Amino acid sequence: MISFLLMFVFSGGEEGGGSPLDVNPGLIIWTVVTFIILLLILKRFAWKPILNSLSERENFIKESLEKADKTQKDTEKLIADNKANISKAEEEAQKVIEQSRELAEKLKSQILEESRLQAKKMITDAAAEIERKNAEAFNRLKNQVADIAVDAAEKILRENLDKDKQVKLVNKYLDDLKN
Amino acid sequence: MWIFNPNTVSDTANAVVETSKKQDTGWIMHHVLDARELDLSPFGVIHLPQIHLFGMDISLTKHVIFMWLAFLILVVTFIYMAKSYRKSLVPHGVTNLSEILIVFVRDEIAKPTIGKGFETFLPYLLTVFFFILTCNFLGLIPYGSTATSNISVTATLAVISFFVIQIGGMMKNGAFGYFKGLIPHGIPTWLLPIMLVVELLGLFTKPFALAIRLFANMTAGHIVILALLGLIIILHTYVIVPISIPFALFIYLLEIFFSLLQAYIFTMLSSLFIGMAVHQEH
Repeated sequence: MISFLLMFVFSGGEEGGGSPLDVNPGLIIWTVVTFIILLLILKRFAWKPILNSLSERENFIKESLEKADKTQKDTEKLIADNKANISKAEEEAQKVIEQSRELAEKLKSQILEESRLQAKKMITDAAAEIERKNAEAFNRLKNQVADIAVDAAEKILRENLDKDKQVKLVNKYLDDLKN
Repeated sequence: MWIFNPNTVSDTANAVVETSKKQDTGWIMHHVLDARELDLSPFGVIHLPQIHLFGMDISLTKHVIFMWLAFLILVVTFIYMAKSYRKSLVPHGVTNLSEILIVFVRDEIAKPTIGKGFETFLPYLLTVFFFILTCNFLGLIPYGSTATSNISVTATLAVISFFVIQIGGMMKNGAFGYFKGLIPHGIPTWLLPIMLVVELLGLFTKPFALAIRLFANMTAGHIVILALLGLIIILHTYVIVPISIPFALFIYLLEIFFSLLQAYIFTMLSSLFIGMAVHQEH
């Protein structure tokens, strides 16, 4: 059947004037001219800019990826650094708080101690003062008593002789004293 | 089921040949072959001007016109594409599609087969790929014609490939070094004359194979489609329609695939031969 079809094709071709294997010199020349001009035009105006753009874009993408990769690594490092810093700062803060608490504790006990001492001192001072005041009052009393005694003696001396009078006087004086 | 009977099939083929002798079947060849006019029936026929230069007939033909159409399409598309890259490196629309093919030719064809220094041959490979691809596709549209189904066109392209291969090899290895490198190392001296002939023949068979492969593939599909459709007319019956149309459609789809495949194969083999000529040590 295939051979029949082939016969049919080629016999048909011969009748139609020319077979598919005919070579046409004009067509060859036109093919060469067309193809060479096409090659030159496309090479100059299309392939060069297109291929350049393609490689440019490929480089751009490659660089961008590399940059992104680098940025990511940097960021990770930064985050790790930050974390380390934060933990360090926290530690430090903890330490500072601890220290200040200790200091406050110390200060408190010191102040307490101081105030206790001061209070003690004040108490002692007050006691001494009271002592002193007591002594002073006692002295004054002693003086007064002496004065009164002298006064009484004087009065007694002035109102001499009369025993009754004397008794009365003494009583009166004693009453005076009571008041 | 008469169509599965081999006798009936050969009878049918006989009938085809018989009727074809009686009727004018030149229309199949008329479609496949080159012509001096553009047949746009029923809208009319455009007669192309005839040009004679230095005693040679270089008249414009149907295939020349379709090559020029391919030329125009490629120039417009790729210059537009180059311009669109100037605006932004992000591809859009047509640029996106062409870019896939360009990157394919660069990374899947040129780079692995030629290796180092493939950039020199990239413009040629890209041009030949897109030119063949566009010519192939132009044959698939109505009123279109496949310039690559003409042996003159494919042979010329193959000869250009041949020159690119040889010049590429000579540029890399020097003219003498290149021809010396053609002969494999370590063969007995008395074999040299034979090897020389074999290797020189090998140089010419490569482009010859390229030319015939492209021509035959692009011609065969059209002939098969036309033959399938022609059965309806030749047998004067509608019974054959449900068979011819799906089969013709199937062949048509196959042709879309072959258009891409043949452009790829032509470029791939050219690239491979360039690689072999440039890096002879392999």
